Amino acid sequence: MIDPVVTSIPGNPLLQHAAILSVVLPMVVAPLVLAFRAAGAYLLSLIAVLLSFCFAVSIYIFTFDGSIFSYHLGGWAPPLGIEYRIDSLNGLMMSLVSFMGVAALLFGGPTLKSCLSPSKHAAFYASFLLAFTGLMGVCATGDAFNIFVFLEISSLATYALIAFGAESDRKALPATFNYLVMGTIGATFFVIGVGFLYMATGSLNIADIALKLEPIGDTRLVRVGLAFILVGLGLKTAMFPLHQWLPGAYATAPNMVTIFLAATATKVAFYVFLRFLFIVFDASPSLLETTFTYAVAPLAILGMLIGSARAVAETELKRLFAYSSVAQVGYFLLGASLGTAAGLSAAIWHLINHAFMKSALFMALGLMAWHVGVRSLSDLKGLGRQMPLTMAGMLIAGFSLFGLPLTAGFVSKLALLKALWASGYWPGIAAVAISSVLAFVYLGKIVEAAYFKTSPLGERPVQRIPLMAAAIFWSIVGCNILFGLYARPVEKAANMATAILLQGNKAPTHVNPSGELIIHDHLIDKLEQSAQPSAQDAVLEVPDDGESEQYLDEQQPGQDPAPTESETEEAPE
Amino acid sequence: MNLPLLFTLTISGPILAGLVALVLAKLPYWRDTLIVLIAIVTSIFAWKLSFLVPDANFDKLALLQIADGLEIAFHFEPLGAVFGIIATNLWVLTSLYAIGYMRGAKEKNHARFFFFLSMSIFAAVGIAFSANLLTLFVFYEILTFLTYPLVAHKGTKEAQRGARIYLTLLVGTSVGLLLPAIAWTHFSAGNSEFILGGFVGEFPVWQRNILLLLFAFGIGKAALMPIHPWLPNAMVAPTPVSALLHAVAVVKAGVFSILKVSLFVFGPETLHATPAATWIAMIAAGSILLASLIAWSKDDLKARLAYSTVSQLSYITLGAMIATPFALLGAALQIVMHAVAKITLFMGAGAIYVSTGAKKVSQLTGLGRKMPWIFGSFMVASFSLIGIPIMAGAWSKLYLLKGGIEAGLWWSFVVLLLSSLLNIAYLLPISARALFAPGVDARNAPAFKQEGGGPFLTVFPPVMTASLTLVLFFFAPQIADYLRPIWETAS
Repeated sequence: MIDPVVTSIPGNPLLQHAAILSVVLPMVVAPLVLAFRAAGAYLLSLIAVLLSFCFAVSIYIFTFDGSIFSYHLGGWAPPLGIEYRIDSLNGLMMSLVSFMGVAALLFGGPTLKSCLSPSKHAAFYASFLLAFTGLMGVCATGDAFNIFVFLEISSLATYALIAFGAESDRKALPATFNYLVMGTIGATFFVIGVGFLYMATGSLNIADIALKLEPIGDTRLVRVGLAFILVGLGLKTAMFPLHQWLPGAYATAPNMVTIFLAATATKVAFYVFLRFLFIVFDASPSLLETTFTYAVAPLAILGMLIGSARAVAETELKRLFAYSSVAQVGYFLLGASLGTAAGLSAAIWHLINHAFMKSALFMALGLMAWHVGVRSLSDLKGLGRQMPLTMAGMLIAGFSLFGLPLTAGFVSKLALLKALWASGYWPGIAAVAISSVLAFVYLGKIVEAAYFKTSPLGERPVQRIPLMAAAIFWSIVGCNILFGLYARPVEKAANMATAILLQGNKAPTHVNPSGELIIHDHLIDKLEQSAQPSAQDAVLEVPDDGESEQYLDEQQPGQDPAPTESETEEAPE
Repeated sequence: MNLPLLFTLTISGPILAGLVALVLAKLPYWRDTLIVLIAIVTSIFAWKLSFLVPDANFDKLALLQIADGLEIAFHFEPLGAVFGIIATNLWVLTSLYAIGYMRGAKEKNHARFFFFLSMSIFAAVGIAFSANLLTLFVFYEILTFLTYPLVAHKGTKEAQRGARIYLTLLVGTSVGLLLPAIAWTHFSAGNSEFILGGFVGEFPVWQRNILLLLFAFGIGKAALMPIHPWLPNAMVAPTPVSALLHAVAVVKAGVFSILKVSLFVFGPETLHATPAATWIAMIAAGSILLASLIAWSKDDLKARLAYSTVSQLSYITLGAMIATPFALLGAALQIVMHAVAKITLFMGAGAIYVSTGAKKVSQLTGLGRKMPWIFGSFMVASFSLIGIPIMAGAWSKLYLLKGGIEAGLWWSFVVLLLSSLLNIAYLLPISARALFAPGVDARNAPAFKQEGGGPFLTVFPPVMTASLTLVLFFFAPQIADYLRPIWETAS
């Protein structure tokens, strides 16, 4: 189909099958795990996830030079057969998901017995592996229907995982049910949307759909399909106001599950969102622009504001950070909704950093819950003295969440602001500012409780923190600082992923090894098109109110050279 | 020696001293001696560094490249060099003084105290040589967090309360106002590197107005009213901290940042075209008068000095906002002159407390005859703050007056004169009544806790700094000449 797409990797034959192995291996191991007791099940699933991580990284490294690896399941060539298609976008996502899987297992294994009786451990790990498989599969596959299948695998397993939390908190059951209903609706909407696309194109392969949509253009069928997919993925991404399932689920699930979900689940759904909007619907830019301007961006802003405000009002810690996740999803969506290279790159950059912030925060909560049984804000009183190290680590991750300089959150948030400024999208800048202030307020509440209040109970009974859990916690916290001090690799990864998205349904963009984008002429045309009212706008009849006028005007070059353009100039022809 | 090496030595001196304080915690005499020696060596390096700076052409030394346009870097310019010298040299005297004070006042946890005191100087040197807003912000925050344990040092309820206000206000303003200002400057200008003459001239006026207001109030360490309450609250700290940090390093870091922003981010020309500069100048003028009046009403000696500091700091903000050559020169000189004079006053207050336990102005009547050296230097420093010639403070005030006239701001002239009168009213009586109050017998004055008064090390440093205010009067032209590249940009 497309030139730099490679179907075989030179070298180790195992590497040939890395794409499928990283997905299927945990799935195969999942039923085997059930035959073991707690410790054996743990070890086996750890090995499976670790191997999956190694496969994911090895194939991700292969995409660094801009090549795309296409794996044909069972030797059936796409578009008829199922294709796994790894590029620098989903290679990144697979590496991130599997890394977080390893981290969650290493962290959660030793502390799991505090919230789950050992007889259930094997079932728990089996569900965990299935959820993991599902997320990896969603990332790896290049087939729209296959995405639905893996989405369901991960969702069903996740319902079970959250329900395991019921042993320590009965509220997990209604939360699971809530998530189950909403998650199923989301998946249904998604598959209906895929059905419409199938109706329009007769294909289920994403790259193929994208190509076949080109001549069809912007029909009602395509629009309906987009609407269904948007709502379905919006639910899975926890886009406001479809986020209702998230706080309950995160707050009641066992800690290890929360860590894994917070770092991966919504991000994988966001990745699918990006792939569909930027690649599948690439043929109808005016439709996309309307979607972004009138649906995604306003909802992202509302999510940022309301999510942060709810977090400020919340007193239960896990729920507080869950609401903060709702707000953070708004950041990614906002970045993506700009549709520019800078906005997308900032969104992906922030997504990576956020995985590290949130997992560190939930790990800190896990350690505190394990050590002294902390659940709510008032339990934190005096904890700055009692657990100085964990509290310090949590503060570092919190600073990163807020975006204090020298932490990871600062650089990506600054990149997002830069992108917003370049596009002249004022409401977005204001929302980032207000949401950051709110983040500062809820962090302040935590600092106040932990450092300036004394515990009413005096010294509490404690449980020793497992060394492994502390080590993992601190390495993730370390990443928050490392990515704040030495941000170039992450920035480069985000840029390469952006290049994939910007290529749309056309020939892949070449990425040179230095990570700078070399954008094809047609992309520059496209960027300029999106900056100026195009002929297609007439077809769609974009309402001509003052605000959209201003939005379009300020994107014009001259005021601030768009980063993509300047980078194009620097790159060797 | 070359510039980067000298700078590395200067900035790592305080870290070394901090480590010494921790490692030799059990050997107090060795520890204190070593810290003073390191401080002396560091200040020599700072001097040598300052001699190289005029030829350095604003050379930049990048420490860490975070991402495109984001880096932790240092650069070398005269204003920073002067601030660096002030911070390190007064650190020597304060270390000496602290040795006497901490023993005399029977404070605890000396090792921790010296650790944080030394490390604060590290942060101050970092601020002095910051090459961009990000670096400035990082060291600014480090300074806040390093001085917090010093303010809370006594550990009493009152100390914790004061320290909490200190931390909340300084972190709140810097994160809530300064950081957004920096981020905004950064993403709309593309980078935030300091350039003499500024780089925000192309921003629209409304944006410059907002930015300048964010900077002025976000740099809470400059104690512009109403962001001043942290300073009086910080007075719960042991007096050497008040002397070095809340008369020199911390507050001067604040006004230094204001000057840096007005010179290197906005630039005098842009400031003149920014209405907010005049508004802030007026707020500073109000701050000068109001803080003086509050100082007058305080009987607690350290509180009075703290409000006097609030007032004197606003001189610098005022000068920075007027931004004519003489106003800038006056502001820059005021950093030096006020530092030397105010540290004398605080050291004096501490010496009085150590030897007699007196904290209130009203208790001091007649005490001057028992402690002539302390009150003598107190009076000299008061003269300097008032701005009486042959005292160093006369220069900065003169230049500020001249700067105000240059800009045609008659009210700044009136404010500065009124402030001098107020200075006389609240500063002079302290030492005058102690030394010359008629009909008061020395017997009525508070008694020494020990025979012979306080330790020698609490008396010697303030006498040194008091004589420095005299010496500096004669060296002011040299400093002005050294700073010429800075203030001449305004003309």
